[in-house]
Formats: sequence, structure tokens, C-alpha cells
Amino acid sequence: MKGLLRDIYNNVLEFVRTFGAFQLFFLRIIRHSPRIVLRRPGLVIKQIHNTGALSLVIIMVCGFFVGGVLGLQGYSNLARFNAEDSVGTVVALALIKELGPVITALLFAGRAGTALSSEIGLMKATDQLSAMEMMAVNPVRRVLVPRFLGGVVAMPLLVAIFTCTGLFGAHVVAVDLLSVDVGAFWQQMQLSVDIKDIREGVLKSFVFGIVASLLAVWEGYNAIPTAEGVGRATTRTVVITAISVLILDFMITAVML
Amino acid sequence: MVDYSENLIEIRDLMYSRGARVIFKDMNLTIKRGEVTALMGPSGTGKTTLLRLITRQLIPQQGAIFVNGVDIASLNQRDLYSLRQRFGMLFQNGALLTDINVFENVAFPLREHTKLSNRLIRHVVLTKLHAVGLRGAADMMPAELSGGMARRVALARAMVMDPDILIYDEPFVGLDPISMGVIVRLVRRMNDALGITSIIVSHDVAEVSTVADRSYLISDGKVAASGSPDELSAAKSELVRQFMHGMADGPVAFHFEAPDYAEQLLGRDSE
Repeated sequence: MKGLLRDIYNNVLEFVRTFGAFQLFFLRIIRHSPRIVLRRPGLVIKQIHNTGALSLVIIMVCGFFVGGVLGLQGYSNLARFNAEDSVGTVVALALIKELGPVITALLFAGRAGTALSSEIGLMKATDQLSAMEMMAVNPVRRVLVPRFLGGVVAMPLLVAIFTCTGLFGAHVVAVDLLSVDVGAFWQQMQLSVDIKDIREGVLKSFVFGIVASLLAVWEGYNAIPTAEGVGRATTRTVVITAISVLILDFMITAVML
Repeated sequence: MVDYSENLIEIRDLMYSRGARVIFKDMNLTIKRGEVTALMGPSGTGKTTLLRLITRQLIPQQGAIFVNGVDIASLNQRDLYSLRQRFGMLFQNGALLTDINVFENVAFPLREHTKLSNRLIRHVVLTKLHAVGLRGAADMMPAELSGGMARRVALARAMVMDPDILIYDEPFVGLDPISMGVIVRLVRRMNDALGITSIIVSHDVAEVSTVADRSYLISDGKVAASGSPDELSAAKSELVRQFMHGMADGPVAFHFEAPDYAEQLLGRDSE
């Protein structure tokens, strides 16, 4: 019993310590950010390309099919109440408020987050970060900050693209395949989607962008510099990002209601 | 900062341990300005750790390290970085940045710390690459280079800011005899022509002997012997003789501590 309590105590202590270090790390990243944006915008743009543009295919394909399946499910369930014209509303609200930001963040963690963590972890394992230190270049500023900012900028854009391709997917399924009236599809959507809904989606996309990018660079930077350590850091990036995104999603939704 | 004192780096009563393992204890060592100093010693004596201490990538638990008379533990980050701009370091594996090509790797410190024009950067980088014989590899990516080539590119990068102190961590490992000869001569020439102070960590006794002015033999966390390569070769101490002449028997055990060989092979556990 005593041993169990001590284990719990140690784990809690370790968690608090790590969480504190994580917050300090966040502040460090934020502190260096303005300088990088103003003086080295090229570094950030390169990372927006790496994390954003290179994730486009997966985001668009997934967006299309998520929208399509929402159209399919929405149609078959709404048809029971003769309300299939509302399918546009259902799909739009689901995508804009919830699925757009959440699924994009999860895909981002899997595609871009893992790439960031393993890249930074390997740079550490192969002494590239030490070499920068020795060349009097701060690796936090030169390597981590541009990658973090790239992710933060890319995420809202990816969410917007995901949502749009999702709506297109729903349109293809509902209007073109299931013959929902095209006018009703768009008009119902226009009537019931409020600016407040869009604001919620945009807020979530920014928050998830910060969380997913920060976790990815944090895990990479703190990886144990071995093959196994980098592998583990990559896995942790996906797992912790997924959990954090879902918890934060719940909290933001609760606050915005 | 101009300092005319003879000792560029002084290590005083250094103590450093990792966990329970003491790596250095009461270590004293001096590196003279303008010389090529070699730090030698059996594997696992912490030679690389010593380099990391000298460059303050690690901080000693006790004792102090002075560079140009300044205790480096007292420097803030800005001063440390301005000191490090005067260091050039060659890492064991080269540590080239893998996402940019050879040319950009060598240009990296210039682009980060100076506002030189692209034309001038190109000239400087090509000159340094030419010195290590890899001007033709400027457009290659680090992944396309052999280990020895990567090390030579890293050497070009270490020289590109014209540092006062060049630190080489195992520079001769993995080089073919031709490159080795060229690099050894390059180290010596840079030292003499440009007044650079060089520190070489190596256990390559023969190569070090041709290039070093002074060698320190490190063993058991201390300086076991020091002097010119000739003095060390002629030394009477058993440890020095064992190391300099590569003998298996002597104070330094070749075998890591292990249970009795016969017992382990024939004992019950072996079934």
C-alpha cells in the first residue's frame, strides 16, 4: 500500500514537473517568435510548405470522404423524417464546428507532427543541434521556432481546406448521387450556419495548431538521442496530441455553448 | 578581446561526474596559445566529455575552466555565444545539417552571423571546400557523402569563420591514408600560418605524434602524463608505454570487468 502511494506520488510529481517544463518551453518559443517572423520569414515559409502544403493531399482526400459519409448518413437518417433537404445544414455544422478542426488536427499529428518530432529527434541524435550550439546558433530559435510557427499558420488553413472539400464531398453524395435539391442544400445551410459557428471552428483550429505543433517540437527536442528514443518520441507525439486535442475540443465547446 | 598571456585554456581542479560515475577528478590541464595540443587516452576516459566541458556544452560540478582568463561558467548566453564564434569544432560524425547541401552547410555560420554578400560567401565557402578537396562536392547532400568526406566538409565548416581555436574530436577515424595525410598537414599548416590554437582528441598515436606540439594522456579521470610526443614515447611509466605502443597487457585492462571466463562458460547457467 505504502509502495503504491509512493508510486502515485512520484508519478504526480513527475507529471507536474514535466507540465511546468512544457509551459516554460512554450514561453521560450513565444519569446523567440517575433524575431524569427521579422528577420527570417523565409525559414517560417519553408516550414509552412513542409507542414502545410505537403499535408494537402491527405487532408483533401480525407475531407472529401468524411464529407461524403456525413452526406450519406445525414441523408439516410433525415429521410426518415422527410427532412433530407437539411442534409447540407447537418454536414456544414458538423464539419465547421467539430469534425473539420478535430480530424485535421489528428491527421496533422499523424502526418506533420511525426515528421517534426522525428526530424528534430534525429538532429539531436546526430549532434546537429550540438553543432549549432557550437556555431553560436541557438537551436531553439533556428530549428524549433520556425517549425512551430509553420504548424501554427498551416493548421487553420488546412482546417479551412478540409472543411471545404468536406462540403464538396457532401454535395457530390447528397446532390449528385442521392438527388437532394441543390437549391435546398445550399439555402438551408446558408440559413442555419451562423458566424458564431464559424468563429468556434476558427478558434479551435488555432488552438489545435498551437497544441499540435508545440507537442511535436517538444517531443522531438526532448527525445532520448537514440533510434529507440526517437521512435518513442514520435509515437508519443501522436498519442498525446490526440488526447490533448479531444480534451481541448470538449472544453472549448463547453465554453462556447 | 586581446590577451597576450601564454595559456589560452586552463582547467583547474576539475570534477565532473555522471550519476555515480566520476569521470574527472582534480584534473588540471593547460592549453597553450598557438600550439597543437592532443588529448589522448584509452576509450571511455571521457575525452569527448572534456571537449564538451571546454566548450561549455556541459558544466563541471567543481573546479573551473578559463578561456582567455575568463571563467566560462560565469558567462551569460550572449557572451558564451560570442566566445563560441571564436571556436570551430569538428564533431566525431561531422554533424552536418542533413536538410541542406554541402555548400549551404559550410555557408551556414556565415549566413547566421554575418551580413556578407552572396558573392563573397560563395568565394569564402569555395575556398574552404577547396582546402579540404571537396569543391566538386558543393552541390551534394550530406547523405550522399562517405563518412570521411562528411568529416572533411565539417572541417571546412569549422574553419569558415576563421576561428581562434579549432577543436577536433577524433578527426582521423575513417579517413583513407591520402585524406589523412592531407588533413594532418592542413591542421599543422592552419596552426602555423593563421596562428590558430588546435585541440585534437584522438587515440591515433602515430598521426597525433606527427602533428601535436604537446600531448596529454588522460586516464582514470586525471592527466596521467604530458609532454611532447617524443617525451611520451620515451616515458618510463607503464601506463604511458602501454598506450603509446599499443600493448594488450599493462595497467589498463583490455577486458571490461567480467566474471571468470571458464566459470561462465562451464557453469550451470551456460546450459
